[in-house]
Amino acid sequence: MDLALLATQALSGLASASSLFVIASGLTIVFGVTRIVNFAHGSFYMLGAYLAVTIVPWLLEFERSPLLFFAGVLASALAVGLFGVVMEVLLLRRIYRVPELFQLLATFGVVLIVQDAVLHLWGPVDIPGPRAPGLRHAVEIFGQRFPAYELFLIAVGPCLLGLLWLLMHRTRFGILIRAATQDREMVGALGVNQAMLFTGTLFLGAFLAGLGGALQIPRLPANSHMDLTIISEAFVVTVIGGMGSVPGAFIAAVIIGLLQAFGILIFPKITLVLVFLLMAVVLVVKPWGLLGRPDPAAGRAVLPEGIIDLKRFGRREILVSAGFVLALLAVPVLGDSYKIKVGIEILVLALAAFSLNFLIGNGGLVSFGHAAYFGIGAYAAGLLVTGPLKLPMEAALVAAPVAAGLAAALFGYFIVRLSGIYLAMLTLAFAQITYAIFFQWVEVTGGDNGIVGVWPSRWAGAREVYFYVVAALAIPAILLLRHIYYAPFGAILRAARDSANRADAIGIDIRRHRWLAFIIAGAAAGLAGGLYAFSKGSIDPTMISIAMSVDFLVMVLLGGIQTVTGPLVGAAAFHSVKDFFMPLTDFWRFFLGLTIIGMVLVFPRGIVGTLEAWRSRRRTEGRP
Amino acid sequence: MTLLEVKGITKRFGGVLAADSVTFSLESGEMLAIIGPNGAGKSTTFNMVGGQLRPDSGQVLLGGEDIAGEPPRVIWRKGVGRTFQIAQTFMSMNVVENVQMALISLRGQTRSLFSRASALHRDEALALLDSVGMADLAGRPVSELAYGDVKRVELAIALASKPRLLLMDEPTAGMAPKERAALMQLTADVARREQIGVLFTEHDMDAVFAHANRILVLVRGRIIAAGTPEAVRANPDVKRVYLGESGVKAALAARRQKHEAGLA
Repeated sequence: MDLALLATQALSGLASASSLFVIASGLTIVFGVTRIVNFAHGSFYMLGAYLAVTIVPWLLEFERSPLLFFAGVLASALAVGLFGVVMEVLLLRRIYRVPELFQLLATFGVVLIVQDAVLHLWGPVDIPGPRAPGLRHAVEIFGQRFPAYELFLIAVGPCLLGLLWLLMHRTRFGILIRAATQDREMVGALGVNQAMLFTGTLFLGAFLAGLGGALQIPRLPANSHMDLTIISEAFVVTVIGGMGSVPGAFIAAVIIGLLQAFGILIFPKITLVLVFLLMAVVLVVKPWGLLGRPDPAAGRAVLPEGIIDLKRFGRREILVSAGFVLALLAVPVLGDSYKIKVGIEILVLALAAFSLNFLIGNGGLVSFGHAAYFGIGAYAAGLLVTGPLKLPMEAALVAAPVAAGLAAALFGYFIVRLSGIYLAMLTLAFAQITYAIFFQWVEVTGGDNGIVGVWPSRWAGAREVYFYVVAALAIPAILLLRHIYYAPFGAILRAARDSANRADAIGIDIRRHRWLAFIIAGAAAGLAGGLYAFSKGSIDPTMISIAMSVDFLVMVLLGGIQTVTGPLVGAAAFHSVKDFFMPLTDFWRFFLGLTIIGMVLVFPRGIVGTLEAWRSRRRTEGRP
Repeated sequence: MTLLEVKGITKRFGGVLAADSVTFSLESGEMLAIIGPNGAGKSTTFNMVGGQLRPDSGQVLLGGEDIAGEPPRVIWRKGVGRTFQIAQTFMSMNVVENVQMALISLRGQTRSLFSRASALHRDEALALLDSVGMADLAGRPVSELAYGDVKRVELAIALASKPRLLLMDEPTAGMAPKERAALMQLTADVARREQIGVLFTEHDMDAVFAHANRILVLVRGRIIAAGTPEAVRANPDVKRVYLGESGVKAALAARRQKHEAGLA
């Protein structure tokens, strides 16, 4: 490697670092003040890019001047800032008090809505932007030609850091932002108009995201995947830097930019993995990131989110559940092949959602990447039957939970060292690593296309028979997992969730118990994934995607995280509705997004939680 | 052998010396109070004994064995129970289940997957609740209890492991005056009966002077006085920096009341 290559590589690393910082600074400011991890930040970025590729060429029609180019970029960013204000007023304002999981999901609902809106308005084709007048040439550095626009981007990051520093230290608004980042409740107690502060913060955050997007147009075309691509990277930067810390985000962006630039020379395929590994290591050493601080609200005694009152089933509940199971088992006898397919999928998804709520509802561990274990189970099973080993289905179905359990043991080892939102971010990061590996390892996994020919053994080949195979594995697995809720191990997990201090002071090794819970839940999800692979006959990366993780979360949320059986009902309801509506509309994501937001706002207990609340209200009213 | 010997433990937070070479000892059955103004290092000292903080230097000897820097769960296994300034209980559970958790942990059954948690050690948990006067409310969710009762539940949890040493960080903080006296009396009775050493911090001088056998006065991380309640009350330094004149009167009154009650 010669010096010239190293220099240009370092420069392009700094250019991406700068772009990344523009976006991540907005995310971290919004988190600092509102304590909401805003998934829609990636959508702001995408909107910034799409608006810029629309506005800027129109302006350049008048005159090809740098001034008009940057006026267009700024106008796009301002428009996105206004969109942020709309989102704050309509949505975020209503969810500041709800649990983190619900906030994450609600902002993800916005992501889905914006995705469909963008597809509708701009179409599915990538739109390249114009190059910046005055910065179209290349500069010679060590004999290598380097684009002038990239040099300009390198300067943007430090300039923005300086401007933000002035804003934060020299203006009342900025000082309030810093104060709220340190102690939001205290700022409220001092009589600051919080509504204005939060709306202003969202404007600033969305403006920065939009600016980041608009500045990208000479480098990369606006496309409909850029929201989720950038949000993962922006999350990593804010988490490594310490959530809420702007200087932290700058340092982290530089590290990530350089790591990617040089990583691509050494390990061209696994740069994404390197980035997430860095994040895992930083979080284990510094659980609040490089420059972050622990949340001051930690340690207060509040009723936890999740399963509160672990009821035992009465005769009525047992009869109702048995009725459901019998009705399900009768599907292959009474229904057509389509109904059998839906029945299989519901059983599989119910097991996966149930295992997820074992972590969330019972353990207080918000996993945002449960699809990783589901997907690893599916790939393990699929690769064993189609790969060089050509194992039969029976062996593959044993291997699926084992592989997923091992992955959960590895990831969980790091994850259980964290708590709250950092834990959720790390689960997401590991899921993205898994996704990246299976997506990029084309020779083995078939990449984007996946692998077909994952069929059950001959005796189980008929759909009716395979239905009973699934039932014979999924139902006992669910019952076993349910049993653990009531066993000492399950109770200890709830105890650690309720009060980590108290649990520690009665001799409980919290990390070890949570780690075991991850392994159990991961293995159960892996079994579900294996069963799913054989029902589809193929494996592909959508089974590990963020979208799949979100589907599981929606099932859990729809059923009710406070209940043991809720996720089963949620899986059945969600999958039936999805299966019915999805073929009918081109805007499935739009409706799913609206549904998620609606649920968070008006229906946070879920189906089973609401039913239980009705019943207990009727009971108390019935009493004289 | 001395139950607890703390030798020169020191803790710094950045530039602040929160505990500066703190040294004291505690015998079985004795109640030792740590008092001092806010920010004196009481909770820091306390958390170094309980394992929530690791001392920068110094020793914490429990029955002769150094436990400094061990995590709380290990210190608990060696016979140290504790309560917290803001009561820490399992809010999603009812009263008796809270105590059952401690007993499940004590018996090493926390990873059991097959028994039913709510049926384990129930009678023993009820007996513990009876000893703190909470048996009647055993089935109530902790989240519905009055704060004084939550503190009693916490005491029952701490006693479940039959500790040699009980650490109580501001046991009466946030309680009504009547409840305070009752809780301190209860603690003193249990400590005497079971020969448990009790180390507690407290702002309520009535509680301190009525029940402590000895008192440590901590100011800016240093012990400025130590001894019997009478000696501490008479100490001019303590008067000047902490108790003040009215405080001394309150202390006298508390002591007198206790004696009269004892004689009656």
